[in-house]
Amino acid sequence: MAIIDPAGNIAPDTGLLRFITCGSVDDGKSTLLGRLLYDAGIVPDDQLAALARDSRKLHGDGPEALDFALLTDGLDAERQQGITIDVAYRYFHTPRRNFIVADCPGHEQYTRNMATGASTAQLAVVLVDARKGLLPQTRRHSYICALMGIRQVVLAVNKMDLVDCREDIYAAITHEYRALAAQLGITTVHCLPVIAPGGDNIGKPSTRMPWYQGPTLLALLESADTAVTQAEDFRMPVQWVNRPDASFRGYAGTVSGGRVAVGAEIVVQPAMRRARIERIVTADGDLPEAVAGQAVTLTLDREIDASRGDVIADAARPAPVADQFAAHILWMGDESLLPNRAYWLKIGSRTVNARITSIKHKVDVNTQAELAARRLDLNEVGYCNIDLDHAIAFESYKNNHALGGFILIDRTTHATVGCGMLDFALRRAANVHWQHTDLNKEARSVSKGQSARCLWFTGLSGAGKSTIANLVERRLHSLGYHTYMLDGDNLRHGLNKDLGFTAEARVENVRRVAEVAHLMVDAGLIVLVCVISPFQSERQFARGLFDEGEFLEVFVDTTLDECERRDPKGLYRKARAGEIVNFTGIDSPYEVPADAELHLRTVGLRPEQLAEQVVEQLLAGLGHSTRS
Amino acid sequence: MSYLDALEAESIHIFRETAAAFERPVMLYSIGKDSSVLLHLLRKAFYPARPPMPLLHVDTTWKFREMIAFRDEVAAAGDVEVLVHINEEGVRQGISPLTHGSAVHTDVMKTVALKQALDHYRFDAAIGGARRDEEKSRAKERVFSFRNAQHRWDPKQQRPELWHTYNTQIHQGESVRVFPLSNWTEMDVWHYIQRERIPVVPLYFAKPRPVVARDGALLMVDDDRFTLREGEKVEMRSVRFRTLGCYPLTGAVESTAATLDQIIDEMAASRSSERQGRVIDNDGSASMERKKQEGYF
Repeated sequence: MAIIDPAGNIAPDTGLLRFITCGSVDDGKSTLLGRLLYDAGIVPDDQLAALARDSRKLHGDGPEALDFALLTDGLDAERQQGITIDVAYRYFHTPRRNFIVADCPGHEQYTRNMATGASTAQLAVVLVDARKGLLPQTRRHSYICALMGIRQVVLAVNKMDLVDCREDIYAAITHEYRALAAQLGITTVHCLPVIAPGGDNIGKPSTRMPWYQGPTLLALLESADTAVTQAEDFRMPVQWVNRPDASFRGYAGTVSGGRVAVGAEIVVQPAMRRARIERIVTADGDLPEAVAGQAVTLTLDREIDASRGDVIADAARPAPVADQFAAHILWMGDESLLPNRAYWLKIGSRTVNARITSIKHKVDVNTQAELAARRLDLNEVGYCNIDLDHAIAFESYKNNHALGGFILIDRTTHATVGCGMLDFALRRAANVHWQHTDLNKEARSVSKGQSARCLWFTGLSGAGKSTIANLVERRLHSLGYHTYMLDGDNLRHGLNKDLGFTAEARVENVRRVAEVAHLMVDAGLIVLVCVISPFQSERQFARGLFDEGEFLEVFVDTTLDECERRDPKGLYRKARAGEIVNFTGIDSPYEVPADAELHLRTVGLRPEQLAEQVVEQLLAGLGHSTRS
Repeated sequence: MSYLDALEAESIHIFRETAAAFERPVMLYSIGKDSSVLLHLLRKAFYPARPPMPLLHVDTTWKFREMIAFRDEVAAAGDVEVLVHINEEGVRQGISPLTHGSAVHTDVMKTVALKQALDHYRFDAAIGGARRDEEKSRAKERVFSFRNAQHRWDPKQQRPELWHTYNTQIHQGESVRVFPLSNWTEMDVWHYIQRERIPVVPLYFAKPRPVVARDGALLMVDDDRFTLREGEKVEMRSVRFRTLGCYPLTGAVESTAATLDQIIDEMAASRSSERQGRVIDNDGSASMERKKQEGYF
């Protein structure tokens, strides 16, 4: 895009303001932004010609008014529906400043995209339709802005011409908004009345609202505070280890807080290894010091083990290290967040396994009321406890966005399903230590003359899991192996007595069974687990607890029709009659395994034949031949 | 940090993330000014190591001769591997922008060719120089843009992208396109080229060149494959290019700007956008969005 300003000068070094525009659908965001670009004088002639042409096409040969929204709504679907689906980024500048603006969608279903735009913004322009006042989306967006750390808001009360430019209406809306902002912790609020299509108070003062004497929108943006108030302590997540040859070993990354100088003592976290900075390397020559925002390569004065995902920090003021946290989570997945399901959590350059151990409450974003919740649905915000499988170096989000902001990734679909802001470490994480024991799995296995294994039988209710596993166990026992069988139904009489059959209860059910199986394998046993385990995610979680080759997934594949025909416990009949809800295969899904070690098709084969297949596969893996 | 320093640091961060998170990354090299900036950043990001990924040029066989000469010089420098891929099937079919039009030519010689090359080398991440300020559907593109195993882009299934925390998880066969220059503008690119003294193809600088006025664009006659239509004649005019692609599809602008300073001054006073001279953008409303969905870069 060609860029000019009235003086014809280009000023690339006047600093940068990143802001977002948000508000409810039809409040006129796209029009306001288009008008802002137009008034800043940066819309090229050919785009203006296209705008005039497209405006006529959409609105007929009526008044020559330009539809400024067409400058920003770029996707076909958006033009057809007249709405903004996704965040669009625009770039412009005035003689005083460079701007990157994220034009955010108003529809509730795209709230996650709005959060995306807010994550890198320093200021939010919130639009309100003067006729409607504050709407649920205004509150939702303001809440998310505050959650993401935005502390400056410009409230633009739009469509003032449709309320006869009345000052009292404007005053009432701004009064209400200031109260909301104070409640949310937004410290700076500027309000102004605008008429987006006419450009009133956008690039130039309005003649229609002489009662407003304040600055225009453009002037407000030019004078907004761009200082970033982030942590002063030096932090750099290691992104990439640079090893061109044996003589050079550098740690490349972007400084996320504070500054560091050559000679400074640092610590590599979470392992807490100390060293001093030897060089700060860049392609333009070595630097004496590096500050937040710079992408550099550090070399250290001694050989220590550091790799991607570690954090290099000031040795005198290292970051806290923990594996359990309290955090706000904004859920972005189409499927609900289920407590105890394993997700990947990426923070800085580190990716670890994470579980939400409890949802303390979810937040009604309209009232900020705290509500009880057992799951989080799309666009909901919850305050949660998180448990990681590795300790990490972190900061609270308000101190350092790079070490306090994280994303959650679904391990099966790889979709980004949530984002979160760390608050503080849970004290119990620091107080629970792993007790070292002298005997280990190998020693216990050897004394039993076997290698420990977990055989995980999954399949629909009535598929034949327990029948086959029972035969397998009998056969192994007769061969002298030490086994134990964990049957899902039996466990629900004791350990899992408190769990029902909702999706979240099934996740917790499988987690507990997997943990118990893991303990039994540690005891040196061959464990046979029989649980429906309908979700791919939880089976993956179970697999992840075990060493390579220790876990064998056995998919007992019987069609739903066949299971219903057999119906050994009469459960399908009850489910069909509506007496049981959340029944796998009927009103709850079963995700077919993709990577099972054994796939048993039961129809046409006797259980004894199937059990023999399992035993053969197991013994082959143990290095024993079948002795029959 | 200055504004350009901040843009540079952000791009370097993206390069490093790509190298660290993917098994077989590649940088797409189209020889234009954005590619020149990308290559410069690639070298900076991994200094003092050699760049840990090759360059890939998808050659449509219709690039300006000066572009190919420039590419060969880059390859001769020796610090990066330059792979060149041509859709030989398209060559056999005689696909030409002059006879088949821009849509067919672009699809066969660029989109299909790119997919062939990505599949052939099994690249799982392809870095490109696209900027969000270029075109409206680009303004919506993620920095790490997910493509399914068929290389398709689905604007409604994009991953939310927060902070600089990028989701780089993919399954076998899937890939991402990575855009380190997402937040740069055309003017930023020129300021950076000037500041860093980055070499670019001489076609960006004005000089007298043989051109033909056709359909409102000035097309340069680069070799004898260019056939004149009735009534057309070749004129020598002082022109330069704001953007470079296939020579029969890329319009020149009349200009006397022969130095970087003059180019930057000329752009500051310009009232038209960069892609005005791109014939392929005018294939119809939202045509870029459709091309992207099918796998075009």
